[in-house]
Amino acid sequence: MRYAARRLAQAVPVFFATTFVIYAMVFVLPGDPILALAGDKPVPDQVLNVMRERYHLNDPLLVQYGRYMLGVFQGDLGETFTGQQVSELLQDRWAVTAQLALTAWVFELVVGIGLGVVAGLRRGGAADTAVLAGTTFVIAVPVFVVGYTAQIVLGLNLGLFPTAGTDEGWPASYLLPGMVLGSFGLAYVARLTRTALVENLRADYVRTATAKGMRRRRVVGVHALRNSLIPVVTFLGIDFGNLMAGAVVTEGIFNLPGIGQQVFQSIQLQEGPVVVGVATLLVMIFIAANLAVDLLYGLLDPRISRARA
Amino acid sequence: MLARDTWLELRGRVIFWFSAAVLVVAGAMAAFPGLFARLGPNEGCDLRMSKQGPAPGAVFGYDLQGCDYWSQIVHGTRASILIGLAVTVFALLISIVLGLIAGYYGGVADALISRLTDVFFGIPFVLGATVILVAFPDHGIWAMTLVLVLLGWTTMTRLMRGQVLAVREMDFVVAARALGAGDRRIMLRHILPNAIAPVFVVAMLNVGNVIAGEATLDYLGVGLQYPDVSWGLQLNVAQTFFAEHPHLLVFPALFLTATVLSFLMLGDVVRDALDPRLR
Repeated sequence: MRYAARRLAQAVPVFFATTFVIYAMVFVLPGDPILALAGDKPVPDQVLNVMRERYHLNDPLLVQYGRYMLGVFQGDLGETFTGQQVSELLQDRWAVTAQLALTAWVFELVVGIGLGVVAGLRRGGAADTAVLAGTTFVIAVPVFVVGYTAQIVLGLNLGLFPTAGTDEGWPASYLLPGMVLGSFGLAYVARLTRTALVENLRADYVRTATAKGMRRRRVVGVHALRNSLIPVVTFLGIDFGNLMAGAVVTEGIFNLPGIGQQVFQSIQLQEGPVVVGVATLLVMIFIAANLAVDLLYGLLDPRISRARA
Repeated sequence: MLARDTWLELRGRVIFWFSAAVLVVAGAMAAFPGLFARLGPNEGCDLRMSKQGPAPGAVFGYDLQGCDYWSQIVHGTRASILIGLAVTVFALLISIVLGLIAGYYGGVADALISRLTDVFFGIPFVLGATVILVAFPDHGIWAMTLVLVLLGWTTMTRLMRGQVLAVREMDFVVAARALGAGDRRIMLRHILPNAIAPVFVVAMLNVGNVIAGEATLDYLGVGLQYPDVSWGLQLNVAQTFFAEHPHLLVFPALFLTATVLSFLMLGDVVRDALDPRLR
């Protein structure tokens, strides 16, 4: 319990610092959002001042940030410079991205660990070589190339999946984009599982378990695998945040109306409030996932929580 | 001794020679594009040839502007290689300095550096990079490098710190201290050489990841801009015409993949060679 409390105490300042860095980046960097709103037309000073006052653009940065965070904790993400509520704007889009990221994440978890175990059990075998070569290749090919190729070949030519949009709902519309988005992480999960399993299968406790006459399935499944999954869990935890944040490319290819696309448009229109809103929520998810991982550690390996407490 | 062992191990690996060969060619293309390309960047373009596929005289066909695609792709090598290497070198330097300080001194310095690492680790890559790059529209290769370093130094720093922590308490460090060695000497002469190997491997893998990341930003349209020539930019143009003119996508993707793949495989074999437990 003390371990959990300490991790939580560390996560809170990191959360505020990270969101502040993003906030500062969005609002301090050059480019005036009010001027951008007017396009090429000149803006009268009076209008400029009223708008600045309304959006608190004249206050010191720290005050702006403080006011913003107070709102966030009350469920208010502020409004855009065109007067729209950010939380409303993002509501439907979150669902799309969350479904996409979750599909990708489950794909990584199930297929990745499966491939890793198959490869790790027979190190140097044909399956092992295939998994190693395949995963290296997947990591090296940029995600947008994978995306377009999958869309054309599996979606258009073979007709196995819908090619774009969310018309067919979950899971049909999300399967192919999810696999594309998850391909990169899948490769890492498979490799991590394989390496850890290979090392653990040579450990003394596995030999002991085997010598005591335990069946192979139990030795691998209960003893070796449980210890091997520690680095994998770490990766999966961190990667969920990455999947949500990195969905912009996949959403673009498959025309999914998620937060990635929204944020990308907003950055170019200098709609700071939307960018900061999304970034703040992403950082929250990211830190929560990391925290969950640290707590899971304790369950997978009791030594960790006892040693660090 | 370690270096020699590693070299002996590497010498016998086909993958090592293969990726080294690809990288030598890519490096030569980046340094002396004139040796490979018939034309200069954005030179001799003919709009009438726009998007034409491979033909005699233009093995890779033509791009949207009707430029010889092979020449354009060769000229695109420099941006990727230069950014990949520069970002990794700078990030490596940062992580060595911060990792040594945090791991060696511990206490407040460690807490500060570790939390700072956490903060930057938490910034989403595409989002963070896009915000900065959109704010400075006239960015070239060096501004891209700066942004990628800013968002990419954390992983190696964490690893370096962990390595230093592991090495710090070893007997030879204690012995050096007992003999009166100062902090700086212990850090640079004793700890660093014994802690750097895994970080170096990750750095090699990192070059590949940076190249892919840079291409992604170009592809999204926030990275390098015309008249710069890069594989990411070529892929950005290709996305619209991919279905009818696949060569636009296939050729730069091939070069990009081969380069990234070679860095990753090189990192992998070096790691295997350094770590006898995996043999």
